[in-house]
Amino acid sequence: MNLQNSWAVAAKDFRIFRKKPTVIYASIALPVIIGIVFPLILNYSLHKAAHPVGATEAETLMDSFSIFFLVGAAIIPTAIASYSLVGEKVQKSLEPLLATPMTDGEILFGKIISGLLIPLVAIYAGSVMFMGLMDNFTHSLLGFYYYPNSYIGVILLCAPLASLLSVELNVIISSRLSDVRSAQQLGGLLLLPFIGLYLASETGIFPFTNSNLLILAGALVVINVLLFVAARATFQREEILTSWR
Amino acid sequence: MDNVSLNVEEGEVFGFLGPNGAGKTTTIRMLACLISKTSGKATIGNYDTGKSLDEQKIRRMIGFLPENVGLYDELSAYDNLDFYGRYYGLSQQKRKEQIEYFLKLLGLWDKRDVAAGTFSKGMKQKLALGRALIHDPEVLFLDEPTANLDPEASKTIRNFILQLKSEKKTIFLNTHLLDEAEKICDRVAILKTKLVATGSPEELRSSLAGRRIQVRLQSVDDSIVKAVNKLGYQIAEKTVNSFVIMVKDPEKENPVILQEIQNAGGRLQFVTEVGSSLEDVYLKLVKES
Repeated sequence: MNLQNSWAVAAKDFRIFRKKPTVIYASIALPVIIGIVFPLILNYSLHKAAHPVGATEAETLMDSFSIFFLVGAAIIPTAIASYSLVGEKVQKSLEPLLATPMTDGEILFGKIISGLLIPLVAIYAGSVMFMGLMDNFTHSLLGFYYYPNSYIGVILLCAPLASLLSVELNVIISSRLSDVRSAQQLGGLLLLPFIGLYLASETGIFPFTNSNLLILAGALVVINVLLFVAARATFQREEILTSWR
Repeated sequence: MDNVSLNVEEGEVFGFLGPNGAGKTTTIRMLACLISKTSGKATIGNYDTGKSLDEQKIRRMIGFLPENVGLYDELSAYDNLDFYGRYYGLSQQKRKEQIEYFLKLLGLWDKRDVAAGTFSKGMKQKLALGRALIHDPEVLFLDEPTANLDPEASKTIRNFILQLKSEKKTIFLNTHLLDEAEKICDRVAILKTKLVATGSPEELRSSLAGRRIQVRLQSVDDSIVKAVNKLGYQIAEKTVNSFVIMVKDPEKENPVILQEIQNAGGRLQFVTEVGSSLEDVYLKLVKES
C-alpha cells in the first residue's frame, strides 16, 4: 500500500472541507462544548450555585463529563465520512477516481484518514481545554491537579477506536444511500449504543472504571476488525460501480 | 455483452457506436479495468485486463473520461488537475508543467483558480479531458465526450480530439453521434450487445449500404433511363430532371455512368452524393440485428 496515495485522497477531502465550513463546524462544535462549556458549568456549581458541590462530587462530575469525549468520538466522524463518501457519489467523482492506478485499499484508507483526522484533532484539542480548565477551576478545592489522569487517558485511548468504528460504518452505509443527509442521520444512530454505555456507567451497571474501559477498548477493536472486513468487501471497484446506489 | 472481438491499432481513433443500453459504457469500463469480464480476454498494450498486476499498469497507461465528468465542484480547475496528478504519482514540478500546458491548451488558464462547479458544461468537459490527460496516457477512453454539449462546445472538444489524434494518441471513443464518429474516427464498430459491424466509416457505407448519387439533367427521358439500366443500375427516385441510383464505388463508376448518359443525349447539370451516410448504415444494421 502506497501511503502517499492515501494521503493524496485525504488531502483532497481536506481541501474540499475547507470550502465547506459547515462540515468543519459540525466536527468541532461538540468538543468545544465539552472542552469549554462543561468546565464552566462545573465552575458555576463550585462557586455560584445555591448548593455548591464538594470535592468528591466534583471528581464524579468531571469523570462523567469526560465520557462525552468518547460519545463525541463516535458520532463526530459521521458528518465528515458521510460527506466524503456519499458526496463523491453525488458528484459522480468516484468513477474517474477508481480509474486511477490507486488500489481500492489505498482509496479506502485515504477516506478513513479524512474521516478520522479532523474529529480526532478536535476531540484531543477539546480534551486539552477540558483538562486545563477543570484543573484551573478545581485545584483550590481538591488541593491537587485532577488532570491528567489514567481515567481520561483510557477514554482518549478508546476515542480513535470509536471514531474508526464510525467511519467504517459510514463506508458500509454509504454504499446503500445516495444523499449525504440520510447517511449522516443513519450514521448518527451510532450515538445510541454509546449513550447506552454512558447510562450503564452512570447507573452502575457497567461503571467506567479503568479496567472496564479497557474491556470496552478490546470490544471496540474486535468490532472494528469485523467492520473493516465488511467495509473492505463493500469498497471494491466493481461493487461501487455496479451495486452502490 | 456477447461475442465482441475487435482490435484497435496504436494511434487510431476508434469509434464505438450503438444505441442506449448496447453495452458501450460496460465495454469501456471493462477495458479501463473498472469492472471485470465474465469471460474472454482483453489486452491493452501487452497487459491483460483481469490480472491484478497488469491492471495497475493498464490504469497507469490509460486516460479515462466517464460519461459523467465527476469533477470536484468545490475545487478550482487547477486543484482538480493537481489532485489527479498526485493520484498518478507525478512530481510537483511535472504536475505544474502539465496543468499549465493543458489549461492553456484548453483555454481554461485564466479560470484556473475558479471553482469547477461554476463552469459551463463545455468547460467542465474540457477540464475533465485535461484531467484524463494529466499523466500523458498512451490510450484514451472517452465515453460520450460531447453528449449534451452545445454545437460550439462540441466542436471545440472534437477539434481537441483531432489534435490528440495528430499526436498519435490511441483513442477509444464511445458515442452515439454518428456525425461525430464520421468526422473524427479512423474506424468504427457498431455494437448492440453483440458486435454488428466494424470498419472505417467509408467501408461501412460502401460495403453495407452502397452510396447514393443523384444525377440532375436538363430532363430525364426514357433513353436515359434505359442507358442507366443497361449498365446494371436501378433508378431509385426519379423526377422530370433528376434521378437517384445506388453505386458501390462512385469514384470509379460515376465517369462510366455519366459518359453513357451523355451518349444517350442527356445534358448533365450536376452530380452529387446523397443520403447513404454512416447514419443510414447504422440505422439499417441496428434494425437488422
